[in-house]
Amino acid sequence: MTKIVIVGNGMVSYKLCEKLVEKKSAASITVIGEEPRPAYDRVHLSAYFEDANADKLSMASRDWYSENGIELVTSEKVSHIDRDNKQVTTHNNSTYSYDYLVLATGSAAFVPPIKGVDKKGVFVYRTIEDLEMMMAYGKKVSSAAVLGGGLLGLEAAKAALDMNLKTSVVEFAPRLMPRQLDEVGGELLKSKMEDLGVEILLGKATSQIAGDDSMTGMDFSDDTSLDVEMLIISAGIRPRDELGKEAGLEVAERGGFVVNSLMQTNDPEIFAIGECASYENMIYGLVAPGYDMAEVVAEQIANENKEYKFEGFDMSTKLKLIGVDVASFGDPFCDNVPHSPISIADQQAGVYKRLNISEDGKKLLGGILIGDADDYNMLHQMYINEMALPPHPVDLIAKGSGEGGAAIGVDALPDTAQVCSCENVSKGDICCSIQDDGVTDINGIKKATKAGTGCGGCLPMVNNILEDTLKKMGATIRKEICEHFEYTRQELFDLIKVNEIKTYDELLAKYGKGAGCETCKPAVASLLASIWNELILNQATIQDTNDRFLANIQKGGSYSVVPRIPGGEITPDKLIVIGEVAKEFDLYTKITGGQRIDLFGATLNDLPLIWERLINAGFESGHAYGKSLRTVKSCVGSTWCRFGLHDSVGFAIEIENRYKGLRSPHKLKGGVSGCIRECAEARGKDFGVIATEKGWNLYVGGNGGANPKHAVLLAGDISKEEVVRYLDRYLMFYIKTAEPLQRTAPWQEKLEGGIDYLKQVIVEDSLGIGQQLEDDMEILIANYSCEWKEAINNPKIRKRFAHFSNTDQDDPNQKFKRERGQRFPVAW
Amino acid sequence: MIFENKTIEEVDVWVNAGHVDDFPEDGGSNILYEGEQIAIFKFSTLNKWFATQNLCPHKKQMILSRGMLGTEGETPKVACPYHKKTFSLETGENLNGCEDTIQTYPVKVENDTVFVGLYEKK
Ligand SMILES: Cc1cc2nc3c(=O)[nH]c(=O)nc-3n(C[C@H](O)[C@H](O)[C@H](O)COP(=O)(O)OP(=O)(O)OC[C@H]3O[C@@H](n4cnc5c(N)ncnc54)[C@H](O)[C@@H]3O)c2cc1C
Ligand code: SF4
Ligand code: SF4
Ligand code: FES
Repeated sequence: MTKIVIVGNGMVSYKLCEKLVEKKSAASITVIGEEPRPAYDRVHLSAYFEDANADKLSMASRDWYSENGIELVTSEKVSHIDRDNKQVTTHNNSTYSYDYLVLATGSAAFVPPIKGVDKKGVFVYRTIEDLEMMMAYGKKVSSAAVLGGGLLGLEAAKAALDMNLKTSVVEFAPRLMPRQLDEVGGELLKSKMEDLGVEILLGKATSQIAGDDSMTGMDFSDDTSLDVEMLIISAGIRPRDELGKEAGLEVAERGGFVVNSLMQTNDPEIFAIGECASYENMIYGLVAPGYDMAEVVAEQIANENKEYKFEGFDMSTKLKLIGVDVASFGDPFCDNVPHSPISIADQQAGVYKRLNISEDGKKLLGGILIGDADDYNMLHQMYINEMALPPHPVDLIAKGSGEGGAAIGVDALPDTAQVCSCENVSKGDICCSIQDDGVTDINGIKKATKAGTGCGGCLPMVNNILEDTLKKMGATIRKEICEHFEYTRQELFDLIKVNEIKTYDELLAKYGKGAGCETCKPAVASLLASIWNELILNQATIQDTNDRFLANIQKGGSYSVVPRIPGGEITPDKLIVIGEVAKEFDLYTKITGGQRIDLFGATLNDLPLIWERLINAGFESGHAYGKSLRTVKSCVGSTWCRFGLHDSVGFAIEIENRYKGLRSPHKLKGGVSGCIRECAEARGKDFGVIATEKGWNLYVGGNGGANPKHAVLLAGDISKEEVVRYLDRYLMFYIKTAEPLQRTAPWQEKLEGGIDYLKQVIVEDSLGIGQQLEDDMEILIANYSCEWKEAINNPKIRKRFAHFSNTDQDDPNQKFKRERGQRFPVAW
Repeated sequence: MIFENKTIEEVDVWVNAGHVDDFPEDGGSNILYEGEQIAIFKFSTLNKWFATQNLCPHKKQMILSRGMLGTEGETPKVACPYHKKTFSLETGENLNGCEDTIQTYPVKVENDTVFVGLYEKK
């Protein structure tokens, strides 16, 4: 049997083993690695900072190796290759003989010869052990610097930030990511990193690391310096080719074993793959080319196939950093290539996109995306596959609001397009698994093709291909709520309404299966409330926890209570009552962003007592817990403000009282401003009303959650009555057609035709449903009752607010501490 | 936990947890016994009773009794109100696969009174 010895047990070594197993090679395989653990995912190393969980990074267990008949030796370093006798020796003097030897020794972080780099506090960023040392040291200090502003350096900076260290990046070049970004791009990335709290020092050559035993700072050649207690060096990589010279293997000028397109070194029985291999004078510092090299070697060993060759690799990249989207592909600069660049830069939004188009306008040569890299996958594909460009290539990067995505779909991709570069999976492979093998979801595709199992960057595109292919096969893509109901939210809405279904159990019995779950119960609860507006307490256990207990659950099992204060207007007497209640129950008190007062730290047992006090003083539930109307914020308007055009407070109160308690797919907020100065920030709400000389402007859809959106104009210069009528229609239309937990902004964007269509439906009543929507709203308004009041007046319901059912005691495990004169829960 | 997870035969104390009507339909309630908090669930849709520790192992919160009941395939489960981690009511296993398994206890109903079976650790 052919004997294979693989030196190194990194990502590429593992991939070679996996491919040999897959191809059912008959060889006997021995893997020798110097690290203590079996191969792990270095690409996602930073995740280790979050949970220090090495298992999550593991690529295969020891059992995997033994189950597949592979001998795995760890914590041993190969120190010598004897080519004549075809054997290797480790530092423990064990020997292993081979017929083929594969070097997969990877690389080490390059440490520039700066005076003082051997001081305590200087680290490199390469292995789990490096991270463990960094994390331990990081606990003792308060600041860190990263040497090197490339891809990895910025990732290291993010890791330092996550360790709560004051973080700086020191880069020799005049801009960040000098190999991927142009000047404008680098500048924008710099300001984005600064927004994250990272200090960026450019054009700095480090002359020495200061300090005695441990480092205390860095000195630069321009005579400036930086006080810093810890340094992470990320100045590039050095291939681990130390086994080469002594064994007579040819090593490239800039390091790395010289290989041909079959990955053979100058000894045809010795291969080199991954980051230790130098192909055409190039070291590839990414996993995907390493995996491709592993395939080349596996083909030769398993199938004696010398036709499959390595032909270089595209080095396009997308940064994994959280909070900053950065990507570059192809030739980002085209410095010496004739081309016509197209770029858009929106300083305010922090977006810069550049495309390099070939002179004949037919192909994409490369590009840069910062601040919004959603279209990276698509553009990268257009580049690799040399696809034809649309008539106005600028459409590819200048997406108008509501269009979403590059102006070209996955449909246009050829079947040969490589979608997953880590695992070399083409669009055709993915389509086949869907069409021929009946795969219908992402997990199935991962299993069948391995696409998306590497860096994961291709998953959005894989998903698009999945949906597109299923659609073409005539399958409707249905967003079924969960395993218990084979219906979409919209369908359930109709079923409930048409069949006059009033309870979850009835719906489950007629249209569902199983016993429900935490996904469908609250969704149906919200539908029932939106359609009938009956007391949610009647079916308490299908409500999400906040709705079930009519208060917001916070840390430690305590609750917060928020009484409604419509429009933010409150009498001194009521204000005093809130203060008294807070004092009596020792509640942490805070003014909210929505003009209310939040009372935190109430125990379950105390909730009914607190509500009782508040209700007696004329308050009612603020519905801060449900997916329902929260607040309508107002400025003071014409009653006090010298600019005010109309009474914004009065109108806000009117609107808030109209829609209070209204249940919807997501929480709703509104705002009313007395003039265009917008002191109520009405356009940052689901609906906003702003006074004009001639009446009011009504804006809608200003709630995008994590992706903030401004509301857009639905109707201008209209009367109060018209505002209310359009709002009735708008809110009801949203409630009826949005997905569960879909906010107004994304809902509006996904509506075919966007805001223009909405205007037709709401203002022009093009569907003729205006009256219907208004009537539905009237029913909901008529059915409103304060849930708190019901809860305290109904003894059976009131009993539910006890932490224990067999004693009146509070939860003995609940712990609080005092800070700034108030009570806080202890952290979890 | 001073109590261990055992079979019905091994139970050495049956604790009275209250009348069947003290429990919300398809919901849970929490009892205190010798300093331990035990969540007891009346799974009306399945016509079954379950009991588990009240502590969610994720953030160590005494909260599972306020969780929502449901099924995943054939497995009855409870979802923690904080982050919706779900646990099998039968084996206590975390169905999201990343948290510790929780304790489960046998429950029996006699003359409309609910009892939870505990086994005291020696
Ligand atoms: C923090 C970080 C983030 C990264 N992010 C990305 C990314 O987003 N995308 C991307 O494509 N790439 C990324 N990379 C690069 C990627 O991890 C490497 O390209 C890949 O790991 C190379 O695999 P390899 O098997 O060639 O080398 P390695 O994974 O380095 O494995 C080599 C192994 O060989 C061992 N070894 C060396 N010499 C010997 C010897 N003489 N005897 C025994 N064992 C020996 C080493 O200890 C090591 O375990 C990142 C790297 C790091 C460190
Ligand atoms: S929005 Fe206009 S009316 Fe309202 S407070 Fe500001 S300036 Fe005054
Ligand atoms: S922004 Fe996040 S942390 Fe702040 S209140 Fe909302 S959910 Fe909580
Ligand atoms: S505390 Fe229970 S799921 Fe997080």
